[in-house]
Amino acid sequence: MEPVTAFAGQIVALPINDIDTDQIIPARFLKTTDSAGLGRNLFADWRYEADGTPRADFILNQPQHADASVLVAGDNFGCGSSREHAPWALKGAGFRAVVSTSFADIFRNNALQNGLLPLQVDEETQQQLISLAQEDAGTTLRVDLEAQTLTLPDGRQVSFPIDGFARHCLLNGVDQLGYLLGLEDEIFDWEAAHPGRIDSLTPG
Amino acid sequence: MSGNGQRPRTLFEKVWDGHVVRPPADGAPTVLYIDLHLVHEVTSPQAFTTLRERGLRVRRPDRTLATMDHSTPTTPRNELGIIPVLDNQAAAQLDVMRKNCEDFGIPLYELGSENQGIVHVIGPEQGLTQPGMTIVCGDSHTSTHGAFGALAFGIGTSEVGHVLATQTLLQDRPKSMAVRVDGRLQPGVTAKDIILAVIAEIGIGGGTGHVIEYMGEAIRGLGMEGRMTVCNMSIEGGARAGMVAPDDTTIEYVSGRPHAPQGEAWDAAVAAWRDLPGDENAAWDREVVLDANSLVPMITYGTNPGMGMRITERIPDPDRLGDPTARLALDKALQYMDLQPGQSLLGKPVDVVFVGSCTNSRISDLREAAQLMNGRKVADNVRMMVVPGSQLVKRQAEAEGLDEVFRAAGAEWREAGCSMCIAMNGDQLQPGQYAVSTSNRNFEGRQGKGGRTFLASPLTAAASAINGVISDVRSMQTERA
Repeated sequence: MEPVTAFAGQIVALPINDIDTDQIIPARFLKTTDSAGLGRNLFADWRYEADGTPRADFILNQPQHADASVLVAGDNFGCGSSREHAPWALKGAGFRAVVSTSFADIFRNNALQNGLLPLQVDEETQQQLISLAQEDAGTTLRVDLEAQTLTLPDGRQVSFPIDGFARHCLLNGVDQLGYLLGLEDEIFDWEAAHPGRIDSLTPG
Repeated sequence: MSGNGQRPRTLFEKVWDGHVVRPPADGAPTVLYIDLHLVHEVTSPQAFTTLRERGLRVRRPDRTLATMDHSTPTTPRNELGIIPVLDNQAAAQLDVMRKNCEDFGIPLYELGSENQGIVHVIGPEQGLTQPGMTIVCGDSHTSTHGAFGALAFGIGTSEVGHVLATQTLLQDRPKSMAVRVDGRLQPGVTAKDIILAVIAEIGIGGGTGHVIEYMGEAIRGLGMEGRMTVCNMSIEGGARAGMVAPDDTTIEYVSGRPHAPQGEAWDAAVAAWRDLPGDENAAWDREVVLDANSLVPMITYGTNPGMGMRITERIPDPDRLGDPTARLALDKALQYMDLQPGQSLLGKPVDVVFVGSCTNSRISDLREAAQLMNGRKVADNVRMMVVPGSQLVKRQAEAEGLDEVFRAAGAEWREAGCSMCIAMNGDQLQPGQYAVSTSNRNFEGRQGKGGRTFLASPLTAAASAINGVISDVRSMQTERA
């Protein structure tokens, strides 16, 4: 994994509450066996007409937002289905972070596994960012993962919470799997002390 | 107090504590052991790719079970007894599942094989789901298995890879919420109505960060299948897991199933399960209380499962909501649904009725619907699909003649799978259509692009299919009695 440290990105606002992962990427795009190439299907049902032409009134289709990399959303972003295709689609479309007042648990985990930052802020900051994005498409937000801060265009700094271990993994470009693989002995010992109840499922 | 002088613990705490391989250390969260990993074709391929790229094996194929359910067709078998897969992309995904299971030694319930079905239906019916276990699957409705007093939750594909390779997960300990449902359900009111009422009460994000334990007389009064319906939709209130303490009902259900412990192992297991219910005076981070006596059939009117009401109520008016973002959300939902504030849904014509999904596709769900439909017809304006949750449920229903009841009424009797709940397999609504669905999500486009979903119980679904309009089943049951 590429380390995630600090970056500045243009923000775009989608001020809708409870954006579920079926909206982020509809289920019909889940028949793939790959995680790449999903960016074109991001928000597909909001973004395209029935014949596949982009809807001019959908904000992510507007040329002034083409370079946006930070999505500012309503509350409870990413609820519903556990599909990791949601952060894959956001990353595939060029997003590096999502700002909201709250994230659904599974989406937050999935995002962190993929270097997409779920930036949780208070309602005032969320509303300020939405206004700024709507006033000026060029509005840039600076994100510093090491310091756990966002720097708004007026220089105001806001801190955001993030799981300490996820932060460590992102800063160092390592993933959680590598860490768990290093615990083989402890897992083996635990299993030896806790025999399971399921008879074997493995085909004989 | 528990006997050994420890502080009182909840059911969740006992199961969690029993699976800690390593407590939080060096800045890392708890390493939690996973007893059972259920795998399906849609959320696993990329995890197997990771294993191959890194030269890893599946650590415990004997604790891993795969099935095909999400993208599989539910259309009738051909003359060879095979369910044809006409969608090339779905067929390719199923081929990848087959190859992954072969290469990594994982047992697979193939499409159409005798034990195949929706992942959250087959775990319990095979006796794999047992009290006190930790169970995960790359599917948010894994919460279903909590009905047995297991800690069961959905994970993403990266985490599927973690469990395949290590049988463990890094997890932060969630908070706890108690949902107590006192009293008794009235006729025509079911487990589905309980959970729709809970979600309407706490909201779609109300359970975020929590594990819910359902308790109280009404929950105790439910059979295992009703408890599964309740736990299944915990995620629709934002909670990753829902649990019910095991009792005689649980033990009786598990007893004798193919993977249930036998003989002395059974006795030891039951003794351990009897210790699982929470200690007296165990504390919760949050408590919610509902009264079952006053519950009536529930239905959703909006585009998330929290937008639900009593079927006799009128759709709320966005202008009366204080919170501007909630007003906007309701406005947007009613626009999508093409419904008006103040409107009653009773009498609203529907195009499709879907009975199925991991929420309501078990034998008791089908019996309830069939009992109401026996001798009646599906209205001319309605297409009704009945999709059993597994091949075993299908065979049981056929042995009881339920398929004949549905067919005689004019409903479609299908093969097992997720079907129109997720609409990946061609079973879907057309733009603008209205459906009463026993599934779990009424999100925009969930059952097909442009489709509009009313979530309800199998009884409400069957009543609405017969009348061709959204109906209160209680009036029909009185008629018949």
